[in-house]
Amino acid sequence: MATAATETRSVPRTRERTGTKRKSFNWGQVRTYIGVAVIIVWGLAPAVWMMITSFRDVGYTFETTPWPTHFTLDNYRTAFSTNLGNHLARALGNAVIIGVVVTIVAMAAGVFCAYALARLEFRGKYVLLGLILAASMFPPVALVSPLFQLFTNIHWIGQYQALIIPDISFALPLTIYILVAFFREMPWDLEESARIDGCTQAQAFRLIILPLAAPGLFTTAILAFIAAWNEFLLASQLSSDRTAPVTVAIANFTGSQPHQEPYTTVMAAGTIVTVPLVIMVLLLQKKIVAGLTAGGVKG
Amino acid sequence: MATAGTVPRTDAPKAPKKRRKGIFNVSEGGGAPILVAPTLALLAIVIGYPVVKAVFMSFQKDPGLDKATGLFVSGGFAGFSNYTHWLFERCAQTTGGTGPCPQGSLGAEFWTSMGNTVMFTVISVAIEVVLGMWFALIMHRKFRGRGLLRAAVLVPWAIPTAVTAKLFFFIFAFSGIANKLLHAQILWTGDAWPARFAVISADVWKTTPFMALLILAGLQVIPDDVYEAAQIDGATKFQQFVQITLPLVKPALMVAVLFRTLDVLRIFDLPYILTGGGGGKGDATNTLSILVIQQIRQGFNSAAALSTITFIFIFLVAFIFVRFLGANVVQTQDEQQKAAR
Repeated sequence: MATAATETRSVPRTRERTGTKRKSFNWGQVRTYIGVAVIIVWGLAPAVWMMITSFRDVGYTFETTPWPTHFTLDNYRTAFSTNLGNHLARALGNAVIIGVVVTIVAMAAGVFCAYALARLEFRGKYVLLGLILAASMFPPVALVSPLFQLFTNIHWIGQYQALIIPDISFALPLTIYILVAFFREMPWDLEESARIDGCTQAQAFRLIILPLAAPGLFTTAILAFIAAWNEFLLASQLSSDRTAPVTVAIANFTGSQPHQEPYTTVMAAGTIVTVPLVIMVLLLQKKIVAGLTAGGVKG
Repeated sequence: MATAGTVPRTDAPKAPKKRRKGIFNVSEGGGAPILVAPTLALLAIVIGYPVVKAVFMSFQKDPGLDKATGLFVSGGFAGFSNYTHWLFERCAQTTGGTGPCPQGSLGAEFWTSMGNTVMFTVISVAIEVVLGMWFALIMHRKFRGRGLLRAAVLVPWAIPTAVTAKLFFFIFAFSGIANKLLHAQILWTGDAWPARFAVISADVWKTTPFMALLILAGLQVIPDDVYEAAQIDGATKFQQFVQITLPLVKPALMVAVLFRTLDVLRIFDLPYILTGGGGGKGDATNTLSILVIQQIRQGFNSAAALSTITFIFIFLVAFIFVRFLGANVVQTQDEQQKAAR
């Protein structure tokens, strides 16, 4: 009897937690969904507002309707136009170049370091892990003055390497930290099993480890790319008009009237910069959350 | 800041675990130096060299006209004068010697910027902890549409901060949606507290979901049967939260707070683009990072001293967290990863 009583008591709770189908009204479940709705609105509302505004006619910038009453694509045309001295297309290209090179360098060096940290025992391992974590917490502003002076002296301001090299300071620690987390979860025993089954070391790596590690490597690369893509402080100081990445271009966007913010155009430019990231996030959300919480260093 | 890793781990030497041969044919960590060498070399170039150079620069005089003699000074050893210039807000005087920096000059902004930076940090992190905890508790429940929720939570994180700043600049424009919703006519970027409020709301919007994800990772480590046992013992939901959830999630929470604190202490993009560091008398949202950037064009060496002060300050805060508040990053994340397996 006693066990039966406990069971009945725990039933509603189990249902609430597992969310199995129930016909009767469940207040706890309703509260959960209200909370879920609040979080979804929190995350999406401002971003959606940006997208809606980007389709509004400039004369109706401050409309509060949830859709554009005067729908237009002009803002996107203006955003890409170079007549007002804005170079969004070039800035997008710059951000891609910088992001890709930074990601490749960070991955190339980071993958070996992360492998050592995840699989090998060696002296100073935890010091190294702490050092890498500390490096990812490092304030970029501490790099700016010496690098600005150095790059001015050797005429690197306006060159891509002046933006790529400093970005490695945060992309590399981030890459290593996330990769260590992914590597630790890998079923390394499979590698050994494959070798017992007659695979060579290279075959075991190529046929077993690489396919399993690929999603983690890809996600890490995406996160490193996003970090470089979003960087602003270093880029704003160490770039020229020619090499400015997209964050700097958007921050300095000018409209046709001096001292008047071209809101709709900026919202269009912001949407262009954001949409590729949002698509990546939608596709890789599970992996990204795993990577972020493991190497959760960049806010 | 290496202290994060030097905290001794109880299970550091995994003696009984037999090491297999790795893919690079390195056994027992013999090959580790080769594997970590490229990383150490790169970090030495991109972080080590600039930091050492910044410290060196901070003890050099900035070239310029000597205010007392009117002669051009090309630099030279400055002692601690760059540091005292910032910390005591002392500037060179035309009469010789040093005196209080004139109002409006960068030298008079140090403690204002320091105060703003600390204020942003305390307020933002406090709000983010409360909201993030609430978000995490909701996300921890079982419901349909987890994928949608996770994606929605990642959107603020994925948007570049520069774009977030522009977006909130639009939201907080005089005719913008914030004033319309509040039926108010507030000059958000003009007055001191509204400008600060705008910066803090943008920061909280962008990073609360991230905080929630870090706390959620901590919640997922807590085994379900602990709650079941508490329930059998008759504990209410609130008692369960205070007696079980809070103490058990504390390590993850401390790590999240550490990450976010260090992140807000270096805040730059949001106030720089959203308010230009202005508001109030023109400096209500100025932060240490913004002050460094403003100083760079007026003298590298003085800027280097300021950035070194900023760096040491952030280092000290991290040290306090790790040492006295028990934010053990390496160990906490180790445990989460083990539990996730």
